[in-house]
Amino acid sequence: MNIINTVNTLDRTKAPHIKDAIEFDLHLKPYQKMVLDNGVEVYTIDAGPEDLLQLEWVFFSGNWYEEQNGIAAATNHLLKNGTSTKSAFEINDHFDYYGAYLNRSCYNETATISLHTLNKHLSELLPVVAEIIMDASFPTQELEIYQQNMKQRLEVNLLKCDFVANRLIDEYLYGIKHPYGKYATAETYNALDINAIKQFHHQYYAQGRCIMFVAGKLPTDIFQQLNDNFGKLPIHPRTSVAIEHPVLQATQKKYHIVNDPSGVQAAIRIARPSINRLHPDFTKAQVLNTIYGGFFGSRLMSNIREDKGYTYGIHSFFQNHLSASAWIVSTEAGIDVAEATIKEVYHEMQVLREEPVDADELLLVKNYLIGSVLGDLDGPFQIIGRWKNIILNDLTGSYFDASIQTIKDITATDIQEMAEKYLNPDDFYELVVI
Amino acid sequence: MHKDTSTPMAVLNIMYDVGARDEDPNQTGFAHLFEHLMFGGSVNIPDYDEPLQLAGGENNAYTTNDLTNYYCQLPTENLETAFWLESDRMLSLAFSEKSLDVQRKVVTEEFKEHYLNKPYGDVWHILRELAYTTHPYRWMTIGKNLAHIENAQLQDVKNFFAKHYNPSNAIMVVAGNVETDYIKELTEKWFGPIPAGEKYMRNVPQEPAQTEARRKTVKAEVPLDAFYKCWHMPARIDKAYYAIDLIVDILGGGASSRLYQTLVKEQQLFSNIDCYHYGSLDRGLLTIEGKLVKGITPEAAEAAVEKVLDGLRNTKVEEKELQKVKNKTESLMAFEDMGIMNRANSLAFYALIGDPTMMNSELQKYQEVTVDEVLQECKNLFEEHNSTTLYYLATQQQHEHN
Repeated sequence: MNIINTVNTLDRTKAPHIKDAIEFDLHLKPYQKMVLDNGVEVYTIDAGPEDLLQLEWVFFSGNWYEEQNGIAAATNHLLKNGTSTKSAFEINDHFDYYGAYLNRSCYNETATISLHTLNKHLSELLPVVAEIIMDASFPTQELEIYQQNMKQRLEVNLLKCDFVANRLIDEYLYGIKHPYGKYATAETYNALDINAIKQFHHQYYAQGRCIMFVAGKLPTDIFQQLNDNFGKLPIHPRTSVAIEHPVLQATQKKYHIVNDPSGVQAAIRIARPSINRLHPDFTKAQVLNTIYGGFFGSRLMSNIREDKGYTYGIHSFFQNHLSASAWIVSTEAGIDVAEATIKEVYHEMQVLREEPVDADELLLVKNYLIGSVLGDLDGPFQIIGRWKNIILNDLTGSYFDASIQTIKDITATDIQEMAEKYLNPDDFYELVVI
Repeated sequence: MHKDTSTPMAVLNIMYDVGARDEDPNQTGFAHLFEHLMFGGSVNIPDYDEPLQLAGGENNAYTTNDLTNYYCQLPTENLETAFWLESDRMLSLAFSEKSLDVQRKVVTEEFKEHYLNKPYGDVWHILRELAYTTHPYRWMTIGKNLAHIENAQLQDVKNFFAKHYNPSNAIMVVAGNVETDYIKELTEKWFGPIPAGEKYMRNVPQEPAQTEARRKTVKAEVPLDAFYKCWHMPARIDKAYYAIDLIVDILGGGASSRLYQTLVKEQQLFSNIDCYHYGSLDRGLLTIEGKLVKGITPEAAEAAVEKVLDGLRNTKVEEKELQKVKNKTESLMAFEDMGIMNRANSLAFYALIGDPTMMNSELQKYQEVTVDEVLQECKNLFEEHNSTTLYYLATQQQHEHN
């Protein structure tokens, strides 16, 4: 190779040729679906370089279904803290011994149990997951430890301006009684009652509605194993249950709260109620959001971090709720520059409403979005995550392709229309917590 | 190079052999501040991020006490864009006053967000200064104090670049569905012309063996008393590292670990407790930390922790318990290796510490650890004279600084 010649002719100011990411042909690898004997659906993706699996049991047992605040979360948390034949320690030791990770998470509509394991240990683990679902025993002492430790954790978190701001902005957007707007206090934990938890477990897990997602290098007998362990349980397939929770938005729009008088930063949240995935504008609004505050090169980051240095980071995003949703700008900034930061947040809305995005920036954002989807389709866990989103949101199978097409086709005029429609300061709540 | 034909994405990872341990004690936080400046434009390219995003790519970087790592991922077809960008910033930065000025502010806000405006945020500043008398692990990557960052001058930035940012001090890993010949060609084209530079010879003052226990009590405006205790442990490349990493898991890895089961569940002295280490390249710290249940004194909490450690110092662990933490390690490694970004990062790290083939031999080293080694390392490690203890207590006084 003639290196000398390369040195002399290499023009470092000139970017190498690129293939525009929007020219890539992107497809979401299709899932395989199985149905267990009891009707429970299992969606699977068979892919990946390692002999390992991620399994997720999604129950419709989030805080949407509780009659008393905190019951859904406590039930979910305590699921693995004892059955009629095993102590919490024995259950944890069993999963730990096989190097597996058994986690549980509680959300609004759903609550999940997830298992990450090497394939070779799967058969030792599935029966214990089934035992937890059917036979969790909720010892009183486990609840007491949970109450004590959660209250202590809450006390620490309440000193953090970002934690407090996240709770309050949800309260303003949805109301303190709505599943999306309510939050836990020390009284919430004190009021937890073991019988209410047992009842909730019986209704929403042992006899609950469930849907499963499995991804990784699937063993050939995966269906058999799942059906043997879960196909005969009295759990039900997913059906829609109409429980309505009215949203009650706050009437006051602006809030300034001093939570910690010695704080040196302010948590800023600027948020509006918004459309969700089911709305025809959603993908277009997502592109607008990317330009506005959705990635490192966004307007908010470029202006407020990279030009002015007011913050370590500023982001805008849509909440991923199934029904009502919100569009939120979130940052922590120095107290002395908090007002200036807020001014710039609104200023960037105005620029997007008044001026069309130029062609270079629009192409960059499209390429970035497509590139990140391409990167995000790399691996079974990411692929099943996308399908889960589509399935739980009741979107059609063509949603993914349609979204990609929208990103490729969107114009500066579309973006400006979205900004005129959705980025009006009057629609936004504004919260500063020090 | 790491080849993976299953992914449409390629990764370019450059690890520089420089971290906070290489800083001047009067100019701490510099390696990390510098990492920010690496995104402020290079000699021929005014903006790093834009062209990468245009090519459908994403990137990030991190600084530790030991090293600085930069990585980007983009569609394989556009890999050359990464070569172009990374080689130009290895050749030279733009060194703009504006970029320095802005990033000083950004890092100052980062400092506030993570270390000042957060309960218990200053714990590791205190612990490092107490546990180390000599080694530059005395300070955190963010820096000893805000003034060091605020006072950084452009000439300092230039000097730092000249000393550390050249091919002699860098390891590059390319991962993805790519051919070796093509990568060689791109490397020659973009990196070949950059002068190798001088290899930085690290001459970091090593920490003398600790001979006396160190203790400190501080009061702060936090709601809960907290307990921290650290012991000096061998460096990452020491053969004892594997046994100690497993000991950390026996003590604090997951809900069946000894500390959690005994002190959170059975005795209810702590509302949470963890055991961890940072895998430091020089001699590091093994740390146990937890928040106390209200009404429990730190002395009682410490005595209970020591009793758990007595169990490890005096009695061999059961084979089954050792097998458990080995199984956890195997599983963790397999899950970590799922993405090419992680694999590229690991490969660079092992190359930096001397042998990229460690990527494939690490698990075996864990498997070979015996119950006798675990016992021996516990005896070596958990000596009172090798420890640093911090009681971080809640004060009733409101709104008092320090």
